[in-house]
Amino acid sequence: MDLNTLWFLIIALLFTGFFVLEGFDFGVGMLLPWLGRTDDERRLILNTIGPFWDANEVWFISAGASLFAAFPNWYATLFSGFYLALFFLLVALIGRGVAFEFRSKLTSPGWRQVWDWVIFGGSLLPPLLWGVALANMMRGVPIDAQMNYVGTFWDLLSVYALLGGVSVTLLFLLHGALFLTLRTEGAVQARARKVALSIGAWTTAVTFLFVVFSYIETDMFSKLGIDPGTVPLLAGLALFSVQFFIRARRDGWAFAMTSLTIVLSTATVFIDLYPRVMVSSLRPEWSLTVYNASANPYSLQVMTWIALSVLPLVLLYQGWSYWVFRRRIRLSDPHEY
Amino acid sequence: MSSVLLARWQFGITTVYHFLFVPLTIGLAFLIASMETFYVATQDATYKRMAKFWGKIFLINFAVGVVTGILQEFQFGMNWSDYSRFVGDVFGAPLAIESLAAFFLESTFLGVWMFGWDRLSPRLHLASIWLVAVGTTLSAFWILTANAFMQEPVGYVQRAGHVEMSSFGQLIANPQLWLEFPHVWLGALSTGAFFVAGVSAFGLLQQRSGTVYQRSFAIAIATALVSSLLVAVVGHDQAQHLMQAQPMKMAASEALWETSPDVAPWTLVAAIDSEHHRNTFEIDIPGVLSLLAYNHLHGRVPGIHQLQAAYVRQFGPGNYIPPVRTAFWSFRIMVLAGMLMILFSLYGVWVMMRERLERHRQFLRLMVAAIPLPFIANSMGWIMTEVGRQPWVVFGLLRTADGVSPTVSPAMVWTTLLGFAVLYGVLAVVDIFLLIRVVRGGPEPEEETAASPDLEVAPL
Ligand code: HDD
Ligand code: HEM
Ligand code: HEM
Repeated sequence: MDLNTLWFLIIALLFTGFFVLEGFDFGVGMLLPWLGRTDDERRLILNTIGPFWDANEVWFISAGASLFAAFPNWYATLFSGFYLALFFLLVALIGRGVAFEFRSKLTSPGWRQVWDWVIFGGSLLPPLLWGVALANMMRGVPIDAQMNYVGTFWDLLSVYALLGGVSVTLLFLLHGALFLTLRTEGAVQARARKVALSIGAWTTAVTFLFVVFSYIETDMFSKLGIDPGTVPLLAGLALFSVQFFIRARRDGWAFAMTSLTIVLSTATVFIDLYPRVMVSSLRPEWSLTVYNASANPYSLQVMTWIALSVLPLVLLYQGWSYWVFRRRIRLSDPHEY
Repeated sequence: MSSVLLARWQFGITTVYHFLFVPLTIGLAFLIASMETFYVATQDATYKRMAKFWGKIFLINFAVGVVTGILQEFQFGMNWSDYSRFVGDVFGAPLAIESLAAFFLESTFLGVWMFGWDRLSPRLHLASIWLVAVGTTLSAFWILTANAFMQEPVGYVQRAGHVEMSSFGQLIANPQLWLEFPHVWLGALSTGAFFVAGVSAFGLLQQRSGTVYQRSFAIAIATALVSSLLVAVVGHDQAQHLMQAQPMKMAASEALWETSPDVAPWTLVAAIDSEHHRNTFEIDIPGVLSLLAYNHLHGRVPGIHQLQAAYVRQFGPGNYIPPVRTAFWSFRIMVLAGMLMILFSLYGVWVMMRERLERHRQFLRLMVAAIPLPFIANSMGWIMTEVGRQPWVVFGLLRTADGVSPTVSPAMVWTTLLGFAVLYGVLAVVDIFLLIRVVRGGPEPEEETAASPDLEVAPL
């Protein structure tokens, strides 16, 4: 395997980490105003993700920065091309990030309600935008010979792309509800389980519809064939199994299965893309690939050494932090947020 | 307005804004870590209350630092895509290392510290705040590696319209970096120190929770003295280095149109006429510019006109003169702020050592008023450094005007510029409002810490 492909894999890994980890805290954020009936319950919900959300978001920052380092042209084309979409994403992330910290600093109910809705909106918008972005990346967007995106914001909003957005949002919502069943007890846990149960089937249905659309709208069919291979099939199977685990009250298994779904779906997207990183809808040869978008071999070499020595450490201490806070959170606990 | 100008405004505004929060984060992290170290070493609960009180402020500040940083990470791609294509091979690496090696560390251990008061042994808890402090420093180091490359490109080769990294070792051995990093880091430490000293002075004036504020003030004022002295020393070295690396920046920040005589005078203030390339009025102090530039009382400092002619010969026709007035005044304001900081902290240490601080109410009021000084110095320092480098975005290699995204229209930049400006305005108001509330509230009273079983720590 050459370094370009290795870096494609590392970036896929960083995005996967981001979707799995930040996926549940987006889900928890979306559920906040609905599952928390009293202020104490809302604080309880926020504290389930309190120690984690910022480190989860760093997966995204690292993915973005690694894009810059390993594939400068990918970084430049993607973010200048999806300009307004990225603007909305940043606004959502900015609002949400400060809301966690600001919310419980004052006792006024009005104040807290405002920030609760900022968290809700800031958690809903990113998955929607990510879904839209991923759908567009698979289908291809107008990219010219100079590697510049020449479409508009509205070109990104097709029915297919929106379906992608809805399906990612539902998946994260389900993922977040299941996370709450693992981290809480009592009334909040019961409500979270109920939500998971009622959206489980919807999520599966919408996602399958999106996959069918993908076969029509993208070149997935010619790339992957009728039998798409193990990875996408297992993704579907994992998603399908979630509802049975919820019914059987095996919350841990259900959460493991949504995680697996997210891992395998992200893998599918990247498998479908490879060796391209941005597909041009104008002409196939104008697509960006892991070769024409990459940094020079020396840079990649340096970055490989650094990433391979630092990432295992990161996984280790982040895993440890989840272990430190493994206990379920109770209403009677002192709440930091 | 053109895309370039708008993108520049957007970058300038958002970066200076990010850098209001960054130095306070770095400085406070170290001060809080020291306080908690005293707590673990002495078991004196006052130090724990100190760590918790400043920790509350730290977290509010950190939150804004984080969210404004996310925007920083992506605006190179958004507004400066040609720049990103041009330098990505070199510039992307330190950015990626920053997030892998620093941001993960900071954010994970901050979560552990924040939520871990009653889950971890005191030593592990202490270790986590130190790791946060180390993380902020690593983050500063790597982002400044990127910035130092823009000031003084090293370790690269130029190929077909872009630069490629040729030596990672040279990139991190960049002499510019080894001046910029200590200067910025010490400046950040002084920012935290002046903040803690000022807020403690405010608390002492209100005569609440005496010991927390007294001890905080003592730690802060000592840190303030050491760091502001050293920041000036390093700043002096930077000026000397500028003479070799970017003499035009030096000339501009001195409004020195013509090469100076052998004993170069330092211009204290000047009325600058940029259009006609002259100063209509100036007050000079003999010899000081030579001292600043060469550490001797002799030495000519090249002027703007001579440098412009030399650059035309080297780089082809063009205007290589940065905005002189901005460079001149930002430099002076930074140095003035630095001098005041040294004076105030010297006096503060003297007062601390002689008698009881509370009697010097006048001085306490002064320290409250001095809180903005390091923030002003930081902003002015960046403005001087970045504006003084113009018209280059990467010195000698890429002009700012050639770095913008070709397909992003002025209307789009206007949208995001206004959007972020409004959002940041709201954030500033809420942030300051909350900080004032926390400061007014003061530290937790002693009894409460002892009486509430929830907060009592069971040592593991
Ligand atoms: C000298 C220090 C310094 C400088 C010049 C900058 N930053 Fe910064 N940044 C930090 C020091 C820092 C920090 C101390 O590490 C922060 C501040 C508050 C915080 O939470 O971490 C941070 C936060 C922060 C974050 C959020 C990290 C997280 O989620 O934990 C990002 C993505 C960036 N920064 C990116 C940038 C970029 C792209 C910059 C250049 C244009 C930049 N910063 C300038
Ligand atoms: C460590 C990272 C950096 C910091 C802290 C920083 C800081 C600053 C500051 C304080 C200013 C002056 C603001 C003003 O004029 O209003 C500025 C201006 C600017 N910076 Fe940087 N900068 C950094 C990196 C970069 C990078 C990577 C770029 C590349 C695109 C860049 C491009 C610019 C531009 C175009 C301006 C506008 C200059 C002008 O208006 O005269 N800077 N920056
Ligand atoms: C008191 C005497 C001081 C002197 C002589 C001095 C000198 C300098 C010089 C020459 C530069 C430009 C370096 C370059 O462009 O490469 C600079 C930049 C800067 N200064 Fe200062 N400075 C002083 C005080 C301070 C203080 C007190 C602070 C903050 C608390 C500060 C913060 C900064 C920052 C953030 C920069 C931009 C980053 C950099 O280029 O290092 N300075 N300073």
